Amino acid sequence: MNEHQQSLWEFMSQQSDKLLTQTMQHIGLTFISLFIAVLIGLPLGIWITRKKQFSGTILGIAGVLQTIPSIALLGFMIPLLGIGAKPAIVALLLYALLPIIRNTYTGIIGVDAAVKEAALAMGMNKWQILFKVELPLAMPVILAGIRTATVTNVGVATLASYIAAGGLGEFIFGGISLNNTNMILAGAIPAALLAIIFDFLLSRLQKFNFKKIKTATATLPLLLILLASLYFIPSAYGGKLTAGFTPEFMGRQDGNLGLQNKYGLKIHTIVISDAVMYKAAYENQLDVISGYSTDGRLKAYNLVVLKDDKGIFPPYYAAPIVRQDALKKFPELEKTLNLLAGKITDSIMTDLNYRTDYLHQSPEKVAADFLRSNSILKPSRNGNSGIVRIGSKIFGEQYILASMYSLLIKGYTDYDVATKTGLGGTKICFDALTNNQIDLYPEYTGTGLLAILQPSSKAIDSLILDKNKTYNYVQREFEAKYSIEWLKPIGFNNAYALMMREKQAKKLNIKTISNLKRYLESK
Amino acid sequence: MITVEQLSKHFGNVKAVDGISFEVEEHENLVLLGTSGCGKTTTLKMINRLIEPTAGSILIDGKNILEQPPEILRRGIGYVLQNNGLFPHYTVAENIAIVPQLLKWDNKRIEKRIAELMEKLHLTPDYLNVYPNELSGGQQQRVGLARALVADPPVLLMDEPFGALDNVTRAKIHAEFKALDELKRKTIIMVTHDVQEAFELGDRICLMDKGKIIQIGTPAELLFKPANDFVSGFLKEQRLQLEFRAIRIRDIWNWLPPAKVNAKAGSFSADSDVWTGLEKTKFGESANLNITWKEETKSAGFEQLISAFYQYQSNKRA
Repeated sequence: MNEHQQSLWEFMSQQSDKLLTQTMQHIGLTFISLFIAVLIGLPLGIWITRKKQFSGTILGIAGVLQTIPSIALLGFMIPLLGIGAKPAIVALLLYALLPIIRNTYTGIIGVDAAVKEAALAMGMNKWQILFKVELPLAMPVILAGIRTATVTNVGVATLASYIAAGGLGEFIFGGISLNNTNMILAGAIPAALLAIIFDFLLSRLQKFNFKKIKTATATLPLLLILLASLYFIPSAYGGKLTAGFTPEFMGRQDGNLGLQNKYGLKIHTIVISDAVMYKAAYENQLDVISGYSTDGRLKAYNLVVLKDDKGIFPPYYAAPIVRQDALKKFPELEKTLNLLAGKITDSIMTDLNYRTDYLHQSPEKVAADFLRSNSILKPSRNGNSGIVRIGSKIFGEQYILASMYSLLIKGYTDYDVATKTGLGGTKICFDALTNNQIDLYPEYTGTGLLAILQPSSKAIDSLILDKNKTYNYVQREFEAKYSIEWLKPIGFNNAYALMMREKQAKKLNIKTISNLKRYLESK
Repeated sequence: MITVEQLSKHFGNVKAVDGISFEVEEHENLVLLGTSGCGKTTTLKMINRLIEPTAGSILIDGKNILEQPPEILRRGIGYVLQNNGLFPHYTVAENIAIVPQLLKWDNKRIEKRIAELMEKLHLTPDYLNVYPNELSGGQQQRVGLARALVADPPVLLMDEPFGALDNVTRAKIHAEFKALDELKRKTIIMVTHDVQEAFELGDRICLMDKGKIIQIGTPAELLFKPANDFVSGFLKEQRLQLEFRAIRIRDIWNWLPPAKVNAKAGSFSADSDVWTGLEKTKFGESANLNITWKEETKSAGFEQLISAFYQYQSNKRA
């Protein structure tokens, strides 16, 4: 435990620059959106106390906005506002609206009717009643709403890193992708502290003598603007091209770290989730992204892969892995699975992925179409001499491969097939296989090496550049360690890749990562 | 002078106020009396335009109240509410200063006027900087009264001003209210459902029911010349006490024994009602009162007052 804390502390001091920037961005994001939300929500809340017939509608809309899952809301924002700060701020402010509008409304409605009547009867006009009576008396309730909104915003702002708006989410989601606990905590602890600190400060403000409202009304907006401006201080950046990398890619040796070490690539980089990265590249928001070389969106968005001429991305050749006892139990299995060996190249796999991910064809149809066009589809024999259980991870490519194997087994053997698709991740799939829950699933050599076997970095360095060496290594080790067999590779390599818009890459004459580096360094 | 002509207020199908007309003389105190929902408060609130009438008109000193913006109108009319309606976030001084500030008085004038009123209302200057929630109910109501009086408006509207107070406090404030010189120069319309209070404080009483005026007149007129059974029924329960209240010492003057001035007796005004005289002789400092009327002075005790009252009564019936 002690050692663990030590290393967290080390991580945080090592990354103190980043941590500071992210914290600033986080505070900035929270308060810019809060400030705008107050600017919109307060007048709106006041307005519906005057036009009560609209109060239901306005509060209803604000309520619905708040029920939209934050990730989905961020997703909706991209087509409208692109990526980066703008959509994040808008999404955050939409979340902050409900508590502010609702508490302004309740606070003002809750002001003693006798007091309002007295104010009116003494000859105050409606503005004087608003500013001298209603707002001061409703202020504790309104501040409670702002407090709720602030704490919510600190939490939701972690998600802003998904759309390249920065904040502590970069560490949190990077850490989750990289299974790096220190990194997660380095983001999560400051985020939690921010929430606690702001909650405490606002609670003090709430108890602050609201009778002396003049001071409070003056300091609050000032404080908000001050905190909001934090976002702009660290974000004074620019550059020829902008790269968007996933949090995982950012932290990996075979990712951004390798790009910096082996290529010396210096590019203005923002962190973004892969769910929106491709689209952002397509919409000229980003110029270079870190993707997967067989991703269907590559085709959908006219992107090209830059050649990894120094070979920093390890090969991720796909092949079915099968438990040895299953191969014995189903003697026909190996031969049948190998029907697919070498059949699917990178571009074919990209095309197949494109059909499922982008054209929304079912993986079963895509699989059947492919087998038919290669004349290896046979009608099902409806066999019943045992059931082969096929697993797959939770993304399109794996679904397609599982469907193909299912069709082949049914057509070429007398076995029946049960598919268990959508197993969360590598670890879940692999555990299912070793625990005899499934008999096979498609795996990638790079994953087998780096995620499952995890040899020393020296061993990795010696293997990683050569696809055959990697394949031979995992095959040998899996057999020895887990009694699991790697069958013949299917052909394609779903590795990390840098990609650009085809048009831009042609125009700038960039074909390889070295080309990219040269272009960035030229004037 | 306030003139109300054919005033109506309808809330949907409900005729809260139904075509009423009355006049309030200058420096007169008119009490609007009636049960809950009789339309008395609605009538009051139409005078400072907290409620706009459906039909009819209201004139103050011959000028239609619709002729000026409501804010300006209201700054010239004092208003006292049942639950005082003090601003909880303002100190006593700030509360009283609201109308003068709206009228843009300078600070010195405001301070001077507040100090003057605080003294008249028996509030020590220590209270100037405290908040209303630190005051007792009676003190809050006094501050509410001070707030209404501060700009010395000619007209004062009071909506059940003493309704939230306990009996002891209310009796005390009634006495102060009657003694306050500021109020003698005001035209006052007061709403109450308390018959005793109406008889004690009102120059005239306007008894209302279901949005209409049943009878308007002096307490004695209501008591001795009721317009109908509703009026006598309304006053029946506390009739004896009301009669003592409605009749003044000068009314029974002729039946008081001519007597010499008692040196030990306290002096007393003939304009006071019999009830007050009885209370004074029974519970006051001396058992006899020296009463002066039309340059003649008589001395009377509890028995003399009662006896004169009954003689007056029997004489009246005869």
